[in-house]
Order: sequence, then C-alpha cells, then structure tokens
Amino acid sequence: MVRGRDALHLTRVPDVLDRPVAPALPLAPPEKGVAAPGAPAPACPGQRAARRTLLDQVARLESELGQVFCAVWPRTGMSAPLVPSRGGGPRILSLGELEQLRDDLAGRVADARKALSDRTWVEEQNRRLIEEMLLDPKRHKWRRVSAEDIGERGCKHWHVRPRLGFIGMLMGWWRVVISSGCPLAT
Amino acid sequence: MSELDLVEGWVEPELAEEFPELCLVHAGVEVRPGSSPRAIKQRLRMLADRYTGGKVIHMRQDPVPWAYRVFSRQVGIDPDHDRTPVEAVALQRLKQGGLRSENIVDDALTIAIAETGVPLVALDAERMDGEPGLRLARSGETLGGGRPLSPRQLVVADSARPVAVVLGEVSEDAGVTPETERMILCALGVKGVPRISLEEALWCAAETLYT
Repeated sequence: MVRGRDALHLTRVPDVLDRPVAPALPLAPPEKGVAAPGAPAPACPGQRAARRTLLDQVARLESELGQVFCAVWPRTGMSAPLVPSRGGGPRILSLGELEQLRDDLAGRVADARKALSDRTWVEEQNRRLIEEMLLDPKRHKWRRVSAEDIGERGCKHWHVRPRLGFIGMLMGWWRVVISSGCPLAT
Repeated sequence: MSELDLVEGWVEPELAEEFPELCLVHAGVEVRPGSSPRAIKQRLRMLADRYTGGKVIHMRQDPVPWAYRVFSRQVGIDPDHDRTPVEAVALQRLKQGGLRSENIVDDALTIAIAETGVPLVALDAERMDGEPGLRLARSGETLGGGRPLSPRQLVVADSARPVAVVLGEVSEDAGVTPETERMILCALGVKGVPRISLEEALWCAAETLYT
C-alpha cells in the first residue's frame, strides 16, 4: 500500500517515452529553383529567382516558427525555438547564408513542432488520467495531476485522497480533491 | 498642428532589387526637445496598461510586427535576440512594469512604435547633409566616426555618411540633442506593412511631439 504525501512522487504519470514512435516521414524534395544544401550555387541569371524563393521560404518559416511559439504558451519549461543571427548586423546575405538560414529555420520549426507534439501527447494522457481518477479514485490512490501537467496555467491540481483521513484509508473511501488555486503571496 | 510633409526617401538600387518594398518615409518637425508634459506621461501609463503577457507573446503573429520580424530574419538578425522596436517596447513594459518617461522625443517615438508597430528614428535636421535614404555600408565606413560598420550593412544615410543602422542604433553626430530645433522623423517600411501604417506612425509621433 502507498502511504503518506511522499508517496506522491512514486505515482507514475504518463511520460513522453511511453509514446509509440511513428515511422519517420520522407523528406520533402527541395523546391524548384532553390539549390539543395551543399549543391553548387546557381549561375548569376538564376540567382535572383533563387534569392527571391529563399527569402519567401524564410518568411514562411518565420511565420510557422511564430505559430509554434504562440502554441507553446502558457506552457513552461519548453525551450524557445531560437535561430542564431548571422552576425555583422543587418545586411544582404549571400545565397549560401540564405540557404543556411532557411535550413536552420526549417530544423528549428521541426524540432519545436516535435517537442510541442510530445508535450501535448503527455497532456492528453494526463487529461485521460484525471477522468479515470474521477471515475474510479480507488484505483489511483494518492495520485496527483497539476494544471501544468495538462498544459494549463495556475496552481490547480487534482489529488486522490482518502475521505476522513486514516479512517477513509482503512475503509477504502477515496475521492478526488480539486485544489482551489494558487496560495496567496506572503 | 500644421500638415505634415511626408517624403519618401531614396533607396539604393541594389537594396531595392533585393527588397522591392523597402522604403523610408520621413517628415520634418520643428520641436525643441525637453521633458514630457503630464499628458504624455499619462498616455504612456495608459499604453502600458494595455500590455499583458499573452498579448506580448502573440504579438509576433500580428501582421505589422510579423513583417518586421521577417525582415529582421531576412537580413541576418535573430529577432528573438535583437528585438524589433515594437517587441523591445513590449518587453521593456513587461520587465519594468511600465513605460518610463525619458524625454518628449523618446516618449513620442515609444508611443508611435507601440501604437502602430512601425520602427521610427529621429534625426537632427541641422546635422543632416541632404535627404535621408537607405543604402549598403561601404568598406571602411563607420557610424559617427566611431563604431565600424560591416561592409554591405543596411544603413540609413544622408548624402555624406551613414547616420543610423537599419533597426539599430543612431549615430551620435546625427541624433537629436537638447539643442535640436528641427528634426526629421523616419519610418522604415518593409514588405507586408501598408504605406498608411507608416504615415500613421509619423503622424502619431508628430502629434505627440506637439502635445
């Protein structure tokens, strides 16, 4: 039998490592007119079109990065998807630098999406766990799930505890206690 | 307040070819800088009350701040490190718990930037040599005779020298001082920002200066 408040740490909540791994999707072929990384630079007449395409791709990726960043809110503990600056202040980047920037952005967007997807999967499992706790508290003795665990703000948490303390433990009277929120600042 | 004379500054052809919608709209205003009157300080306080954490986070998805983020990225700046002016104002508000009054020029720029999202700079008209425009820095050029500029860096320049880095600092020998009597307000336009937003930013700053 699990006893006392310290037992909270022994109860296991879903983890991202529990998630089944899907087969990797094949990479999309590079768009027409843009040199793949490592490929020789296109000749001058085509450079203008290539630069234009790369600048548009950077704009689109920046938009996607912004969407992912906003979707992360209000979760905490997730690293912001940063892409380092090229250095040297604002300037016209070379074709190679633009390609590198595009690849960095694409990588960061993919990483951020994956991290968010993993996190939301865990949150979904925790939501399900709360439902199970509410339906059958006796099966989830001492288990506690916080608002942060389901991707919400605040200090609210769902905690399976015995009714009437020790007597409830002996009698098997378990219930889910929902905390009222954050403690007042001292 | 009299009619504001808005002028579109010149853009170097190479820069215009790379960023066809890049522009610099400027207007001259005659104001002597000083401390801000109570009405402007009150306006800054009201402006600060509008910011919340969620709003600042989602600001990057608003069309105008997003356009400047994209432009920053396209010219090699990480906008999460070197913030665009509107995000810098928002971050200042969150960190300091308010928008502090500095002087009437800085306050007017802060209000205009926060209201419209368009970056503005103020230059001393008397110390400018001709009309301001946008160009690439040349090899060996410096900002105000001190800080060296990278070759091909995007700068605001008059006919003689760079006076400011685009989305960056203003040269000390071209910036507004307490002795300035006439200044030039410049608004940077990029792809995705309508011309009316630039005009609104300049009008907003000018109106605040004349308060």
